[in-house]
Amino acid sequence: MNALLRIYAILSKELTQLSRDRMTFGMVVMIPLIQLLLFGYAINTNIRHIPVGVVDYSETGLSRVLIETVSATQVVRFTKHYIDIQQAEAAIARTEVRAVLVIPKDVSQRLARHQSVGFGSPPSSDEETSRPIAQWLVDGSDTMIAAAIKSLRAMPLSELLSKPANRNTPTFEVALFYNPEQRTAVNIVPGLVAVILTMTMIMFTSAAIVRESERGNMEMLITTPVRPIELMLGKIVPYMFIGAIQVAIILSLGNLIFDVPVNGSLWQLAAATTLFITASLTLGLVISTFAKNQLQAMQMTVFILMPSILLSGFMFPYDGMPEAAQYIAEALPATHFMRLIRGVVLRDVEIINMSFDVYWLALFTLAGLAIASLRFKKSLD
Amino acid sequence: MVERGRIYGFLGPNGCGKTTAIRMLTGLLKPSAGEVEVLGFKLPRDAEKLRLRIGYMTQKFSLYNDLSVKENLQFVAKIYGLSRRARKKRIDELLEIYGLEQKTNQFAGNMSGGQRQRLGLAAAVLHQPELLFLDEPTSAVDPENRREFWEQLFDLSDRGTSILVSTHYMDEAERCHKLAILETGIKRADGSPEELMQQMGAHVVEVASSNLRQLKQQLIELPEVITAAQLGARLRVLVKDSIADPLDFLVQQKGISSLDELSLVRPSLEDVFVTCTGEGRQ
Repeated sequence: MNALLRIYAILSKELTQLSRDRMTFGMVVMIPLIQLLLFGYAINTNIRHIPVGVVDYSETGLSRVLIETVSATQVVRFTKHYIDIQQAEAAIARTEVRAVLVIPKDVSQRLARHQSVGFGSPPSSDEETSRPIAQWLVDGSDTMIAAAIKSLRAMPLSELLSKPANRNTPTFEVALFYNPEQRTAVNIVPGLVAVILTMTMIMFTSAAIVRESERGNMEMLITTPVRPIELMLGKIVPYMFIGAIQVAIILSLGNLIFDVPVNGSLWQLAAATTLFITASLTLGLVISTFAKNQLQAMQMTVFILMPSILLSGFMFPYDGMPEAAQYIAEALPATHFMRLIRGVVLRDVEIINMSFDVYWLALFTLAGLAIASLRFKKSLD
Repeated sequence: MVERGRIYGFLGPNGCGKTTAIRMLTGLLKPSAGEVEVLGFKLPRDAEKLRLRIGYMTQKFSLYNDLSVKENLQFVAKIYGLSRRARKKRIDELLEIYGLEQKTNQFAGNMSGGQRQRLGLAAAVLHQPELLFLDEPTSAVDPENRREFWEQLFDLSDRGTSILVSTHYMDEAERCHKLAILETGIKRADGSPEELMQQMGAHVVEVASSNLRQLKQQLIELPEVITAAQLGARLRVLVKDSIADPLDFLVQQKGISSLDELSLVRPSLEDVFVTCTGEGRQ
């Protein structure tokens, strides 16, 4: 009974202090709002309008039509003309353009013999006749840009010749579930919930305990009968509400602005979010028992935040990472929540069917709470 | 040994271990050697049980600056498990005793040093502890407030609370029932202020002279003189009590510049303090 009263004392004190700290209170709302708008618009893995140049050795009407046709795909945007390949390579080196299309002098002959033109199929083993019609020089250091240009390799040339497409039957048929229009925001917005919660939840709690010692309140607090676990719980609960507010902001605005659906039930969403919020909060508490001041707490938060953004599957697919990196990713709560929230929001999965992630987050919370309470000593030495 | 309902003082220079001693007695620090027992509780084993029966007011204000007076007291009352009704009653009582009724809704951070210190005391005695620790309670307070503060301490001790207070102010130390003089962590003397002054082991002579600075230099060269300190136009000289007649002794000294006026005066606590701690320094 007294234990509950003590938790309530810490909790209501924390809420009162938070409501007076305008800056922090503002951040609670502004961080999700601004980051959602920023990343929702900015992050785009469907690459379009890459600035490219052209070296046109043929200078014929055909070469100009070829350039127009390539532009029409919207993958690239021709911004510069270069006299020769040396100039083009220099331009790539100083990132004036990311790639250059080199159109050879004999482009019309090459085109005429090209199989897509359909004057009968020349034998493909014949080196003379199976030459490509032009060449791309690409800055391959950015793999995403390189992949986008590579996708142009098999570009149909039917428009160029104003005749119906002579397409081959594809080997596979692809049915795209959950995000048929392939909009990046559909994947980014739920992921952003995980990233923003990781950031704010760990940051708030890691600072919460350290602040008590920094401002000299700890000496008073530890001469009272309050127990470490009560202090921890009293510090965590207010931030759970804040986390819930942030999730609501991100998902409702994501739905309004970026048309990201929320397919799963709100109960499933609430359960998954609560699991992750408590896991992140206890991680923050563990940090706070190591940090000597708020700056150190902040540094450790960033140390956790970076891998949570890069390894959790938010930016890059988890399945593409090497095995060792996958183990590290598994240790981060954000990775598990990333799966859960995308599952619930996009695929209407019941989280109980993803029990590994659920149990992992629950265990992480309990372990974190135990470690933080054990490490927190009610003494000054 | 702090007797029940008495005020016991720790007097000592900065860095002599007053705060450390209090922190060990409240269970905040573990002693590097030896054992601590307070109110029959062994520390650190029984620290939690002890905490319900002691109050501790820290040297630096340790309540929340961004909470109001009432919110701070509410917080402490809840931590000590007072019921809603008991909280209201006790807080109203404390606000009245410590003259904070007008400040109920003011933030602790915006109050003066004196008000903040009264709030600190109110919070420390909220759960009616048997034993109260005060670590340099009046270091940020003007003399007027300091007097008032001591009145409140006497009220508390009158109602049976034992108080242990650390200080480096002589006038404050003089108010304690009993007193220990500490230096570099070692107790140099203890007793009531009167006892300490009587047992000091030195005579106090006040000397007036036209050339005090030079006189002081000459006097402290003498092995029988413990110290000499200037007080305005006079020099306060402590002479070892092995000299039966200190006035005569001083007059007999050769090569001393003019001694205009000599008188034997009552020792003060400062003199006690200087004789006790001076030994360590020499």
